[in-house]
Amino acid sequence: MVHITINGKVVKAREGEMLLAVIKREGIDIPALCHHEAIEPTGNCRLCTVEITREEWDGWKKYVTSCLYPVEDGLIVRTHTAELLEIRKTILDLQLARCPDSEYIQKLAEEYGLSKSSYEARPEADNCIMCYACTRICEVLGRNAISAVQRGHKKVIAPPFGEEPPDCIGCLACAQICPTDVIPWRDEDGVRTIWNRKFDLVTCKKCGKEIISREFADFLIEQREIPSEYFDTCDDCKRMETARKMGDIIAKAAEAAL
Amino acid sequence: MRIDSTEKLGQWQKECQKRIEAQKKRVLVCLGPGCLAGGSDQILEEFKNILAQKKIKDVTVESIKKTGCHGLCARGPLVVIEPEGIFYSKVKKANVAEIVEKTLEKGELVEKLLYTDPESKKKIVDYKEIPFYARQMKLSLRNVGQIDPDSISDYIARGGYAALAKVLKSMKPAKVIDEVSRSGLRGRGGGGFSTGRKWASCAKIESDIRYVICNGDEGDPGAFMDRCIMEGDPHSVLEGMIICAFAIDSPEGYIYVREEYPLAVVNLRNAIDAARQHGLLGKDIMGSGFDFDIKINRGGGAFVCGESSALMKSVAGEVGEPRAKYVRSVAKGLHDKPTVLNNVESFATIPVIIDKGADWFASIGTKKSTGTKAFSLAGKITNTGLIEVPMGITLREIIYDIGGGIPEGRKFKAVQTGGPSGGCLPEAKLDLPVDFDTLTEAGSMMGSGGMIIMDDRTCMVDVARYFLNFLVEESCGKCVPCREGLYQLHKLCVKICEGKADEDDLALMERLSKVIQTASLCGLGTSGPNPFLSTVMYFRDEYLAHIRDRKCPGGVCKELITYSINDKCTGCMACIRVCPVNAITGEKKKLHVLDQELCTKCGSCYAVCNFDAIDIV
Ligand SMILES: Cc1cc2nc3c(=O)[nH]c(=O)nc-3n(C[C@H](O)[C@H](O)[C@H](O)COP(=O)(O)O)c2cc1C
Ligand code: SF4
Ligand code: SF4
Ligand code: SF4
Ligand code: SF4
Ligand code: FES
Ligand code: FES
Repeated sequence: MVHITINGKVVKAREGEMLLAVIKREGIDIPALCHHEAIEPTGNCRLCTVEITREEWDGWKKYVTSCLYPVEDGLIVRTHTAELLEIRKTILDLQLARCPDSEYIQKLAEEYGLSKSSYEARPEADNCIMCYACTRICEVLGRNAISAVQRGHKKVIAPPFGEEPPDCIGCLACAQICPTDVIPWRDEDGVRTIWNRKFDLVTCKKCGKEIISREFADFLIEQREIPSEYFDTCDDCKRMETARKMGDIIAKAAEAAL
Repeated sequence: MRIDSTEKLGQWQKECQKRIEAQKKRVLVCLGPGCLAGGSDQILEEFKNILAQKKIKDVTVESIKKTGCHGLCARGPLVVIEPEGIFYSKVKKANVAEIVEKTLEKGELVEKLLYTDPESKKKIVDYKEIPFYARQMKLSLRNVGQIDPDSISDYIARGGYAALAKVLKSMKPAKVIDEVSRSGLRGRGGGGFSTGRKWASCAKIESDIRYVICNGDEGDPGAFMDRCIMEGDPHSVLEGMIICAFAIDSPEGYIYVREEYPLAVVNLRNAIDAARQHGLLGKDIMGSGFDFDIKINRGGGAFVCGESSALMKSVAGEVGEPRAKYVRSVAKGLHDKPTVLNNVESFATIPVIIDKGADWFASIGTKKSTGTKAFSLAGKITNTGLIEVPMGITLREIIYDIGGGIPEGRKFKAVQTGGPSGGCLPEAKLDLPVDFDTLTEAGSMMGSGGMIIMDDRTCMVDVARYFLNFLVEESCGKCVPCREGLYQLHKLCVKICEGKADEDDLALMERLSKVIQTASLCGLGTSGPNPFLSTVMYFRDEYLAHIRDRKCPGGVCKELITYSINDKCTGCMACIRVCPVNAITGEKKKLHVLDQELCTKCGSCYAVCNFDAIDIV
């Protein structure tokens, strides 16, 4: 255990734990757009920036992204100074120029008193905020089917060469984690389309509902050693089956009790 | 010969020196980037051809040597004849026969190829007396231009690998680190971090393996110091790296060379092969039991790959994007193992420090910036080229005494130091001593040592726009303040150049710059606003002229200038011939007329007029 001071209050934390986790635990609200529990932090939205100093630093201070900064004993942290508010406001202001139509950004910007960007909207505006959550979750799965391509302001998330991603298994993890919902996908007539690639869907043997893509099922069977029968029925039918079984048990028990 | 003991190196050195001394004359042909562009490779061939046919006393084909950059690139191609140091500049292939006949055969001078001092108009024979060379002190460039980079015996003859022998024979790793620390050497790649401290903290960390990496990415436009060292004296880089490897106990090193430097790769590869063959690299170096080997990595061509964490990713075969360095690279570098990464010039300086001692090195330069620094001079300066000077020399001395001042009798306006993310300093700062801290305090930086000199026909807003554009293109795009912030900063700068901005825009730019500086993830972003901030600090008037008066004082921003013809016009018709849109009319020997409506402001007429008759306002 180590002790750190956040906004004047001494709090306990685990050594090596990331600062953002401690700040959140304390109920302090700072935006953290690119942060997600399930994936490694990359520190690219920069919104979780805080000010740190130490007793022995003699007034010298430093700005760090709390999602990436490992806690050390004796750290003195401030989360809402005027400079930090200016940093967050400016970043949201810039994001607003990049994603003028993103409700997600609009809402956050509003909290910082911004209704409209101070900057000219980007001509090639899209609503992707480049948080890399999608690429990171795909990486966690070991697929690496999509990545950030090009550099600078031209950077976009895309499959290799902009073609149908060969390593994608149509699991939708990327689309589900995306905070701004900008990854288009659809399930239609037994076919799932994502990143312009089509996947056959496995259907429930009981009710005929579409469950998951064939590739994803194969991936789970092989990589996660899930029995293949698992994908014969959908979650609903599984639940119903369980309920039916439970009902039978209860009925039997009741019968026995009589 | 395999050097299997440190004693044997001494013996070999004597042999190499003897062989050099046996050559009564040596003709050094510069094959550096500048002279090569002027066809110096053909000059070299011509010398060899002629000497293959002709018999001259004391001169053979072996007397002709190709070398790296001699420094005074502006006057290239250069040929120097030793031992007299006869300096021939602007040599052409057609001059070679005459040089052979007169100078090599008869010992006479070819007058027309000699350097003429612009002040005294006197011809100077020996290059050491040319002001450009006289004021310099070459440590990291000690062999560049003096030796054939492909000849390990040339390097040995000049004391090469003696520092390594000293280290292996008589020094403990901690002593080597102590020596480097006490020398005060600060990294020449930009940050100016203490090299000794870097090595010490890396050596301290427990690990099964440590790595040494040499940063030869040199992404700054206009800078070519590292290139010249890698091309002109590759062994000095290797020697520095091997010494570092011994100091931190590393078995494996990498040199990361940018894609645009193929010759550097070839010369380094040859040097590595030669060093391995002679037992100076690889297993059991000089019979000491110490193993270390070096591989070359080709850069990915992005400016940001010069940044240490991005570079290490690139070496590891991943996309070269920086990471936040809350855990430093000395602890978690290449493959997450402790790594020392230093610049080419830093490594090339190490053997000198070991050889001559920390105290000697620390006595050169200033107290907190010791030693010498190589600079490349580019832009509006007479002597464009490569120099090395003691730290603490003033900008004025560099620009006027060594650089020969501004050509065409124009006025100095600013010097840009520290690469694209450095800053522009005005005339009032010319007497500043050049060292890490002074330059930073003045709002610029040492950076890797590129210096771009600008005259009064430069628009400082346009300069900021140019460098911001470079940085926008080179930003890796990972973090928001840099990717979106620099993009918007550049847009606003363009708005000023186009005369469409107001003072609120300027205020917005200043606020935005502060956020980009504090909130960006890596050095590219944190220093990205510098081109704007340094120019607005010293040339605010110029920004205001664009904004309030819709005027470009430098006469550069197209939207804000007009061309006109004044009464100095002699009616030579030169401008009429070059104007692509026929905006100028007139007859021979009569005042010409320029039609503003048609004029596209291309500047062609201005460039050709010999009578100062075209005005730009
Ligand atoms: C965007 C960026 C680009 C850089 N490019 C280079 C480069 O081309 N060459 C170099 O030696 N250092 C470069 N650096 C500095 C390196 O990150 C690193 O500090 C340096 O190579 C360390 O060597 P030194 O201590 O010998 O200076 C760059 C830094 C940044 C932030
Ligand atoms: S749907 Fe494809 S791209 Fe998205 S996370 Fe799954 S494998 Fe990766
Ligand atoms: S697509 Fe969504 S998850 Fe991926 S980077 Fe863009 S906003 Fe983030
Ligand atoms: S500061 Fe710029 S170059 Fe550095 S990580 Fe951020 S976007 Fe990439
Ligand atoms: S600036 Fe160009 S277009 Fe205009 S008059 Fe001169 S040559 Fe013609
Ligand atoms: S949450 Fe920390 S930088 Fe985005
Ligand atoms: S290239 Fe020949 S002097 Fe620089």
